[in-house]
Amino acid sequence: MRLSTQRSLLLAAVAVAGVIYACTPRAKTASLAASDAASKVYVPPGSYDEFYAFLSGGYSGQVSVYGLPSGRLLKLIPVFSQFPEDGYGYNEETKPLLQTTYGFVPWDDSHHPELSQTNGVPDGRWLFINANNTPRVARIDLTRFETDEILQIPNSAGGHASPFTTPNSKYVVSATRFSVPIPNTDVAIDTYKQNFKGTITFMTADQPGKMDIAFQILMPGYNYDLGHAGKGPSDGWFFFTSYNTEQASTKLEENASQNDKDYVAAINYKRAEECVAQNKFTTQTTEYVHNWVDQASRAAKSEKKTSVKLINPSQCPGIAYYLPTPKSPHGVDIDPTGEYIVAGGKLATVIPVHSFTKLQKAIADKAFDKEVDGIPVLKYDAVIAGEVQKPGLGPLHTEFDGKGYAYTSMFISSEVVKWKLGTWEVVDRIPTYYSIGHLSIPGGDSKQPWGKYVLALNKITKDRYLPTGPEMAQSAQLIDISGDKMKLLLDFPTIGEPHYAQALPASLIKDKQIKFFKLAENAHPFATKAESEGGITRTGKRVDIKMIAIRSHFAPDNLEGVQVGDTVYFHVTNIEQDWDIEHGFAVLGQNNSELILNPGETRTLQWIPKTPGVYPFYCTDFCSALHQEMQGYVRVSPAGSPVKLMANVSKKTQAQLVEAQKH
Amino acid sequence: MSNISRLLLALASGLLLAALALPLWRVQLVAPQYPEGLGMEIHAQTVRGAAEQDLGNINELNHYIGMKTIEPAAIPELRIIPWLIAGLSAFSLVAVITGKRAVVWAWLASFAALGLVGMWDFWHWEYSYGHDLDMVHAIIKIPGMSYQPPLIGTKQLLNFTASSWPSTGTALIGAAFLLGVVSLVLHHGPTRLNPAAATRAALREARA
Repeated sequence: MRLSTQRSLLLAAVAVAGVIYACTPRAKTASLAASDAASKVYVPPGSYDEFYAFLSGGYSGQVSVYGLPSGRLLKLIPVFSQFPEDGYGYNEETKPLLQTTYGFVPWDDSHHPELSQTNGVPDGRWLFINANNTPRVARIDLTRFETDEILQIPNSAGGHASPFTTPNSKYVVSATRFSVPIPNTDVAIDTYKQNFKGTITFMTADQPGKMDIAFQILMPGYNYDLGHAGKGPSDGWFFFTSYNTEQASTKLEENASQNDKDYVAAINYKRAEECVAQNKFTTQTTEYVHNWVDQASRAAKSEKKTSVKLINPSQCPGIAYYLPTPKSPHGVDIDPTGEYIVAGGKLATVIPVHSFTKLQKAIADKAFDKEVDGIPVLKYDAVIAGEVQKPGLGPLHTEFDGKGYAYTSMFISSEVVKWKLGTWEVVDRIPTYYSIGHLSIPGGDSKQPWGKYVLALNKITKDRYLPTGPEMAQSAQLIDISGDKMKLLLDFPTIGEPHYAQALPASLIKDKQIKFFKLAENAHPFATKAESEGGITRTGKRVDIKMIAIRSHFAPDNLEGVQVGDTVYFHVTNIEQDWDIEHGFAVLGQNNSELILNPGETRTLQWIPKTPGVYPFYCTDFCSALHQEMQGYVRVSPAGSPVKLMANVSKKTQAQLVEAQKH
Repeated sequence: MSNISRLLLALASGLLLAALALPLWRVQLVAPQYPEGLGMEIHAQTVRGAAEQDLGNINELNHYIGMKTIEPAAIPELRIIPWLIAGLSAFSLVAVITGKRAVVWAWLASFAALGLVGMWDFWHWEYSYGHDLDMVHAIIKIPGMSYQPPLIGTKQLLNFTASSWPSTGTALIGAAFLLGVVSLVLHHGPTRLNPAAATRAALREARA
């Protein structure tokens, strides 16, 4: 009896709660807000997004391209990791892009996409991105959305503060997250303070195919985290955060969190150029690799370089200064005017903002606290412009809307905080789901932000989407910043872990897209430009097969004379000259990925058959109504077999030949 | 012949020459997979894609239905038509120089005849491409189906909507013909066509 009464009461309570819930006005407001938000991100079928957003793939090593405001995934661009989906890093033409002094590196961790700039504004020519693990910088061409070039960075471990650009993309930079002995040698780890150094690298970036190390600056052995170039009045300067000024080599979590202030390094790179011109540098023998795509053949090449210009700040006074900055700063971001240098102190209780004007005065007045390895440390009070009080917990990165406001991501309190430049007052805040890392406003680190949206890039997803086991996709959130109050519009899952993202108006690149490669201009040494030109040739144990692909056949499509022990190269040319008519190629038992062939290009698959038999190959990209018929066979005979090399032409061409003979 | 008529005929001669540099006809093919369309332009001296690669792509698609490859070199008329148009242009200059009405009539008659023959010839090539199919190697075979595009207008051919319309060159040729007609009308000078002047002349006669 008592039990049943309890149950009735419970049921009644649930019913009442239900009625209250149903009647609560909040539910109605929420749904109105949802439809309002939906209309702001709705891009009707067949219509285009206003912005391209480039998100780093983090541990995927790649770049993903999304449309904003819809959050639709447009493309994955393979950069630092092999990509079996299109054969990047598997086919012979792209393998050289992943060459390093450590050999072929099939994976990396890509953090920061950086759009090329003209006069401090994104111009849509290229996207640069860094590899953190084996330090490199890649250049992606934005007429093709392809990786065109990768430069390895010597004297570097952890290419994290990278690849931020100068206002005309003359240079992109990389600073070392991990200090190591330079040159790297076998020393005891506990000799960190004596032997470990950091470097800041300036790479020339404005000549496609010719990226190179302009010079490197040898820095005290701290962890260099992020950077940004000055602009306007601060043009010619570059700013980098550093932490672990404690110079710990173990348990950094605790040991690198002791000092109340670490440093923002201010680098006068015009001064560095002067020192290079005056021979105030050391030519250091080292090794690094430069890889680039030869545009005529669309095949990458790889070259080894053997020396760098290394500048020691004590050789070149005026090249570097340290700005004390609380505490373990992460991002360093320069406002659109170029006056304010905003540091995100991960463990700081304020957001410190330095003034470039005060920095210059402090240097002139020699307002120094001390010197570290020839680098003056400025007095905090002499450079600080203001502190944003009580911004939240764990400030990381700041971007700008061009209307006088800054937006800072707060990892620990999981929010975006909007504050006013100059008054340093917090004016708005909005939660993120969950634990935001970077944030991105289109052009938000440039002279001219398109301050319509901020994209929050969150580290933790948990319950935001249908659950998918222990690991969830990471999550991006689109926030409307066009009004006084920030409004959450959309969240969408992302590829890998997008650390940073950059976006720009679609109009800057959409009409420059290449639709196919001109077959007549294909200079690949094994290009086949007509069906009649295919064939098979042997050079010792190497067999080269030249083949075309066109809707809906390969020619030749029957091949004989291959022997066990041969290394076979299928050089397949897609001779289509039509937009988005791709073909694929795969052969039974191959130990690498397929080829995907853009119209007009040649790609090469290496194949080492191990047993005699007949092996089918086929088109892997559904190309046409007769795609399923697009196939062929290659016969493999035992080593030393008398079977002659034979490549037929396609059935269609054969039939045409028969017809021609009749007449 | 009045000066204005001669001027019009000289203009017609120029328009005919200008037409040599422009497409005479345009065939546009639109399909679900080709929302942007594939275009073929017929010039006096050649057939080419509206975009550089279009003709190659039209031929590539046509192989499915067994249609012959459209190759300008295989169409002998394309070597003759430019001379015929140039000849018509020269002919109208003869009319300008002689100033004789009969020459204009003869020019217009040959103009009209060549125009009609040209249209028939074009239709005939369309018929030939559309009907003379290689049924042995055709991949898509539909009994009774032919693929002749219209001379003028729009027609559905499998997944393609084919539209065929005269282009800028033909507009100039048509304008040249009209100028010829107008020059004939104006041949006798303005009085015949001016009712007020005719009335004044009649009044003068009445007074006399």
